[in-house]
Amino acid sequence: MGDIVFGLIAVIIGIAASYGLYWLLNFLVSLLPKKIREKANVWAFLTPALVLLIVVSIAPLIQTAVWSFMQIKGKKSEWVGFQNYAELFTDPNFLGILLNNFLWILFVPAITVTIGTLVAQLSNNVGPKRERIFKSLIFMPMSISFVAASTIWAYLYAYSAPGRPVIGLAQKLIETAGVAEPFPVLQIDDFRLNSFLLMAVVVWLQVGYSMVIISAAIKAVPEETIEAARIDGAGPFQVFGRIILPQVWGSIMAVFVTVLILVMKIFDIVLAMTRGNFNTSVLAFEWYKRYFENSDTGSSSAVVMVLVILITPLVWLQIRTVKHQEMLR
Amino acid sequence: MNKLKNLSGRLNFGSTLALTLLVGIWSIPTIGLFITSLRLRSEAEVSPWWDGFFNPLGTVWSLEAYQNSLSSGMLDSLINTIAVTVPATILPLMIAANAAYAFTFLNFKGKEVFFAILVGLMVIPLQSALIPVLKGMVWFQKTFDIPLTGTYASAWVVHSAFALPLAIYILRNYMLSLPTSLIEAARVDGASYYQIFWRLVLPMSIPAIASFAIFQFLWVWNDYLIAFIFVGEQKSVMTYRLLRMLGQYGEGWQDVAAGSFISLVVPLIVFFALQRYFVRGLTAGAVK
Repeated sequence: MGDIVFGLIAVIIGIAASYGLYWLLNFLVSLLPKKIREKANVWAFLTPALVLLIVVSIAPLIQTAVWSFMQIKGKKSEWVGFQNYAELFTDPNFLGILLNNFLWILFVPAITVTIGTLVAQLSNNVGPKRERIFKSLIFMPMSISFVAASTIWAYLYAYSAPGRPVIGLAQKLIETAGVAEPFPVLQIDDFRLNSFLLMAVVVWLQVGYSMVIISAAIKAVPEETIEAARIDGAGPFQVFGRIILPQVWGSIMAVFVTVLILVMKIFDIVLAMTRGNFNTSVLAFEWYKRYFENSDTGSSSAVVMVLVILITPLVWLQIRTVKHQEMLR
Repeated sequence: MNKLKNLSGRLNFGSTLALTLLVGIWSIPTIGLFITSLRLRSEAEVSPWWDGFFNPLGTVWSLEAYQNSLSSGMLDSLINTIAVTVPATILPLMIAANAAYAFTFLNFKGKEVFFAILVGLMVIPLQSALIPVLKGMVWFQKTFDIPLTGTYASAWVVHSAFALPLAIYILRNYMLSLPTSLIEAARVDGASYYQIFWRLVLPMSIPAIASFAIFQFLWVWNDYLIAFIFVGEQKSVMTYRLLRMLGQYGEGWQDVAAGSFISLVVPLIVFFALQRYFVRGLTAGAVK
């Protein structure tokens, strides 16, 4: 009970303080002479956001970049140049991690977008009532945390040793398919099978998002263009492929990039389901492991910088998309 | 004409069939865990959940797992999660609304550059900043003897900072669509920028604020990493506890299952009650 009261007080104080901050800033600005006031006005609105971004986001990013060239042990730290990076790229484990990230990037966005488009198009045909139900059910996983989704799927993949009753659906399916000796699926890294099983969870979570965006785009396709194609004798597949798809391509690409960025940073699922074992680790997890398990600040910083460098081209893509949207306005 | 009607009827039927199949597959994982959460440990260990699905009358249903889960700490974690999530939703929105206002209606030097940096920050992985922030906080609390790590407040600050780029971006997009003539009229009438923001722009931006609030609420509620680093064990949130439970199979699947569903209740209510606004928020970001 005390916890609730304390939490409530903390919440109220926190919010009141931030309101007070803006009031104070405005008050300070109003004390300034009129000439400066015009310019200072901007900062009354901008300063808190700027300070927060610099202190919690930008400066730490630079710090991480610096640390990635250092070796830090306890209080001692020294410059080692590119040594952390050199060690990473000569470590076969790390190259395996890069391969995993590459597979995630290659498969998850494409599959997510494909299923999302399929659902969006199919649900367009079934009438508003059914459409709402179908879409809600596909969209529902969007509200589930990666950790809860991992428990849900870990249970599907659960392995019971021979002689124990089977409780995992995956194992049951394997048995039904006629494989004599069941095996723990999450430990099989042939062809990176286990990584694909983890990818399934993210596809499951993200298809809803891709469906919603693409569905909105499909509904915005002008009816006349579809009607005209039908009159010319085009079947449903031709209408979709030649008329609808080209018009929603922009939205599909936007979803693709968003899922791509999410997938590059993927972390919680690997942590919850395999703890990075059995060759399932990815960059963001490796960062976590190297710092929180091995307390190696230098090399964990290098790992995350590799991730930042790989993601930077997407920043450019993002800025371009924003500019593009701005022009359309 | 008849042929066309026939075709659209077949299309409708085929689509319904395909979607039913897909939705069925999509629901299996959740149904499986849900059934398990309602079973006794003695049963969940020896018979798979689909026994309960195909033979509901022959199964003993029970809420025991929920009681176990709640009494072994999930209730405390629920409170902690709320205490982390509510301010971590409101604070970034307030800060972002102010900044978006400046970006939309006020002129200043370097606006374009600021904005480009902001868009870039939407993509940069937050992992790249977390360890320096953590070390900075540890240094701060040693020097000034003010506890930071392990408190709700540290999570609020970190969540707020990482939410800002997207929040400012979405709110600015919305504010750009507000009529400038109204704001100019208010200026002529002698209202200050501060008054215009609180009395005019903020109330008019409520739709965009609402949809981002839902987004941010779900994000913080479901977050593990920031809660793990900055709040940690003492005030463990639900994702934190759930992950620990998942690591200890000894408790049995039914308790983990019940724990998962307890953590899901609030997001699901928010989601289904406010789905329309949530969708609007998502599409505002991607489709124009």
